Amino acid sequence: MKLRKLFPALFVAFLAHTAVAAEQPVPQSIILASTTSVENSGLLAHILPVFTKETGITVHVLAQGTGQALQTAASDDADLVLVHDPEAEQTFIAAGDGIDRRQIAWNDFVVVGPRSDPAHIAGTHDAVAALKMIADARAPFVSRGDKSGTDALEHRLWRVVGIDPARSGGGSWYRDIGGGMGAALNTAQAMNAYTISDRGTWLSFGNKGNLDVLVEDDPRLLNRYDVILLNPARHPVPKQALAARFAQWLVSPEGQAAIGAYKVRGEQLFHPSAAAPM
Amino acid sequence: MRDIWTALGTAEFARIVGLSLTISLSATVVAAIVGLPSGAALAICRFPGRRLLILLANAFLGLPPVVVGLALYLMLSRSGPLGALALLFTPTAMVIAQALLATPIVTALTHRAIEESWQEYGGALRVDGATRSRSIRMLLAIARRSVLTAVLAGFGRTISEVGAVLIVGGNIAGYTRIMTTAIVLKTSEGELGLALGLGFVLIGVSIIVSAGAFVLWER
Repeated sequence: MKLRKLFPALFVAFLAHTAVAAEQPVPQSIILASTTSVENSGLLAHILPVFTKETGITVHVLAQGTGQALQTAASDDADLVLVHDPEAEQTFIAAGDGIDRRQIAWNDFVVVGPRSDPAHIAGTHDAVAALKMIADARAPFVSRGDKSGTDALEHRLWRVVGIDPARSGGGSWYRDIGGGMGAALNTAQAMNAYTISDRGTWLSFGNKGNLDVLVEDDPRLLNRYDVILLNPARHPVPKQALAARFAQWLVSPEGQAAIGAYKVRGEQLFHPSAAAPM
Repeated sequence: MRDIWTALGTAEFARIVGLSLTISLSATVVAAIVGLPSGAALAICRFPGRRLLILLANAFLGLPPVVVGLALYLMLSRSGPLGALALLFTPTAMVIAQALLATPIVTALTHRAIEESWQEYGGALRVDGATRSRSIRMLLAIARRSVLTAVLAGFGRTISEVGAVLIVGGNIAGYTRIMTTAIVLKTSEGELGLALGLGFVLIGVSIIVSAGAFVLWER
C-alpha cells in the first residue's frame, strides 16, 4: 500500500513547513493596538514599512476600536496604543495604565448620509443642529455602538443635543449596529441612513453608493490621534523599549513626514501635529 | 474587475492563502491525531463515563467558534493563566482554536463509523485474539472511507471558520491574516468585489484539498 509509506513523509514535510512558518516573525516585533480608522484607511500600511526599514522592528497591528484597544493593552496583550478618544485616554492614564501620551496627527469627522437627505442637513456646518434635525425627522441613523473613538464622539454630540437617541429611536430610526466604521458605512449605504465617520475611513471606503458628506468643518468634529505607552510600573511588558522607539519615531520629523505624505486620490488623510498639538 | 485580478495575483495574497492552508491543515492533523483513536476507542471499549463522552462529542459538533475563541483568548491573554506562553495573536493560537473546534467533529464521526464496522468485524477480531489497539488500527483501515469523511469534515470546519481565529489571531497583516479574516476586512472596507473574489478562491482551495485527499486515499 503506497499510501502508508507516503503519509508519514508528507506529515514530516508538513511539520517542517509549519515550524519554519512559525519561526519567521520572531526577530524584533511589537504589537500595536489601534483603531479601525488608522488601519482601514491604509495609513499604517503606508508608514510602517518606512519604520521597519529604518529600525528592523516589525509592528503587528490590531485594528480594534479605541475602547477595545485600551482594554487589550490594559491586559498586557499589546505593547502600545494609537487611539482617538480623549476621554477614554484620560481614564486609561488616570488608572495608571498609560504614560507619555503624544498627539501624532489629526483629521476630522464628517456626517454622511443619503443624497436624498430627508432631514435636510446638507451644507450646514453644525453637527449638533444636524443631529437634532435627524432625530426630529426620525430619519434612519446608524450608530457604531462599539465603544470606539467615533462612537464616543457621537455620544458626546448627542449629549450636547440633549437627546438620548437609544431611548427615543432605538429599534426604529436609531440603529446601533455594534460594528466597525466600515460595517457602519456599509449599513448606512444599504439603509439610506445617516452616520458619522472619520474622514480617513470615508475617503478610502470603496462602497459609498448614494452616500455623501453632508456636514463638515464643525470644530466639534476635530479628530485627534494619540500614541500612548504602557506604564512600566503596572505593565512590565518586555518590549517596552521597542514600543518607546516606535512612539518616538511617530513624533519625529521622519515619522511626521511619512504620515503627512499619505494620500488617497490626491487627498491628504492625516495632518501631522506632533510639533503643534491641536 | 481588473483591480480584483491584480489583488489576487500579489505576493501578499499568496501568503494569505498559504497561511490559511498551513493553519487549517495543522489543526486538522491535530484533530485527526486526537479524534481518530478517541472515536474508535469510544466505539469498541467499555468504560464508565463512555456514554457521557459520546454525548459530549456529538453536542460539541455545534461548538460556537466565537465562544471557543473568547475562552481561549482569556486563557492565553498575558493576564490569563497561560499568559506566560505569549501565544495570543500568533498563528499557533489560531491552530489551537481550530483544533478545538475540529476534534469533536472527527471524534463523533469516527465513533459512528467504527461502531458499525465493530458490529460487523468485532467478533472475528475477538476470535483472532486481537488486542484493543490492534483492533482500533484494523477497524480504522477497514472503515477508511468514512474516516476520510470525518477528517475532511474537520478540515471543512477549520478552513471556513472566522469567529475564533479573528479573536485569538487578531487579523494582523502579514502575520495572522488568513482568507476568512481578510474577507471580513475587505467587506468592512467596502471592497465587496474583492471580498467576493477571495470567497471564491477560498471555496476553490477547499475543493482542491478535498479532491486531493480523495485521490490519495482511493489509490
